[in-house]
Amino acid sequence: MKINKKIAISESGFVFNPTTGDSYSLNPIAAEILDMLKKDLSEDEITDALLEKYDVTASVLHRSIDEFIDTLKEMKILENE
Amino acid sequence: MSKRKLTIAITGLNNTDNPGPGIPVIRGILDSKLFDARIIGLAYENLEPGIYMRDLVDKSYHIPYPSAGSDILLKRIEHINKIEKIDVLIPNFDAELYSFIKSSEKLKKMGIATFLPTMEQFEERHKWNLCEFGKKYNVKVPSVKSFYSEAELYKAAPGLTFPVFVKGKFYDAYLATNAEQLRMHFYKLYSKWGFPVLLQQYIRGTEVNVVALGDGHGKTIGAVPMRKQYITDKGKAWAGITLDDEKLIEITHKIIKKSKWRGGMELELIKDEMNNLYLIEINPRLPAWVYLAVGAGQNLPEALVKLALGLKTNKYTKYDIGKLFIRYSYDLICKLEEFEQLSLYGEL
Repeated sequence: MKINKKIAISESGFVFNPTTGDSYSLNPIAAEILDMLKKDLSEDEITDALLEKYDVTASVLHRSIDEFIDTLKEMKILENE
Repeated sequence: MSKRKLTIAITGLNNTDNPGPGIPVIRGILDSKLFDARIIGLAYENLEPGIYMRDLVDKSYHIPYPSAGSDILLKRIEHINKIEKIDVLIPNFDAELYSFIKSSEKLKKMGIATFLPTMEQFEERHKWNLCEFGKKYNVKVPSVKSFYSEAELYKAAPGLTFPVFVKGKFYDAYLATNAEQLRMHFYKLYSKWGFPVLLQQYIRGTEVNVVALGDGHGKTIGAVPMRKQYITDKGKAWAGITLDDEKLIEITHKIIKKSKWRGGMELELIKDEMNNLYLIEINPRLPAWVYLAVGAGQNLPEALVKLALGLKTNKYTKYDIGKLFIRYSYDLICKLEEFEQLSLYGEL
C-alpha cells in the first residue's frame, strides 16, 4: 500500500488531496495509522504495533483497519495496487 | 521602476451573489507592479455595487445594453473616451462580447486596445456548438441538443432520459429530474434568454474549472485549475481551492494551442469516476473567481492588459496549490447624491 505521493499530511492530522481539492481531519489513531503507512509498514505490522499499544482485540482491530484502508482508497489517499 | 500610467475601462461591476468578473479583474490590475491604472467602470445598472467601490473604481459611466446595438454602444464609448482617454477596455459579460468583438477595430481607431477572442472563436465555443467543438479539438463533451421552440421540445420529450441539464442561451442551468421540472425550467429559460434552450446530457462526477489566458497564437500565458468548495443556490462558487491536476492543465493547453485562443477564458469540466474529463462549457472571458489565480501567483488580468498593449508577456509556469478563496458580502453605505448623480447624468 502506497500513499498517493501528492497527498499533503500535516502533523496536526490534516490531510489535503491537491488533485481533488478534498481535505480531511484525522483523529489521533487515524493519524498514527497514516504515519505508519507513510513509513511503508504493512497492514500486519500496523496491527501488531496498535495491539501492543491499545487495549483492543485483534479481530476488532483488523476489521477497523480494513475499513479505514478501504476509506483511504475510496478517498484516493491510498493508491490501489 | 516607475509604473506606467494607464486608463482602463472595465464592465461587469455587478459584484452581487452572482458576481460579474469586473471587480476581481480590477483587483488584479491594481495589484500590478507595472501599471498605475485609473479604473473607469462601465455599468448597465444603477445598483451595480462596483460603481460605489470608490477605492477600486475611479469613475463610472452608464453604457447602453447590448440589445440597443453596437452603434449606440460605440457612440457612448466614443463620448466616454473623449473625456477619459481610455487605453484598454476589458468587457466581462458574455452577452456584450459580440458587440465588443465586432467593434474592436473601431475601438482600436479610437486608441482603445482590447484583447478579445476572434468572432470565429467566440461563435464556435457556444453551448449549442459544443459537440462540434469537441470533435474539432478532440475533447470529450456531453451530448447537447438545442431547442428553438416549445413544439420541438414536445416532439422530443418521449425520447428524453433524466436527469438532464436545461441551460439558457447565455446563462443559467438547472438540473431536471423529470418531465415536469424540464417544462418549468424550459419556460423560465426561454422567457429570460430567448432561444435556443439547450438540453445537455448529465455526467455524474465532480465539476472542476480552469481560468486561463491564451495569447492568440496557441500559447497559454497562464492557467489555474480550481474546484468549488461552496456553491450558492445559483451554482456560483462562494469558495474554491486551486488544484494540482496535470490532466486539467494539459486539456487547457491543448484547447488553447489548437484553437489559438485569444484572451481570457474559463473552462468548465466534469471529472467522472474514471477520471475522464468532459468539457461542459467555455466562457470566453476571465471568470469572477480570477482573483484566486492572482492570489496563487498568476496575475492574469495584468497579463491580459500587457497582451492588449502588445507588450512582451511571459508565460506563467507555476501557481500555488491548495490556495483558497472565500467570498463574503459587505454592505456599502452610499450617499443618495451619488445614486442621484448616476441616475440623472449617467456618470459618477
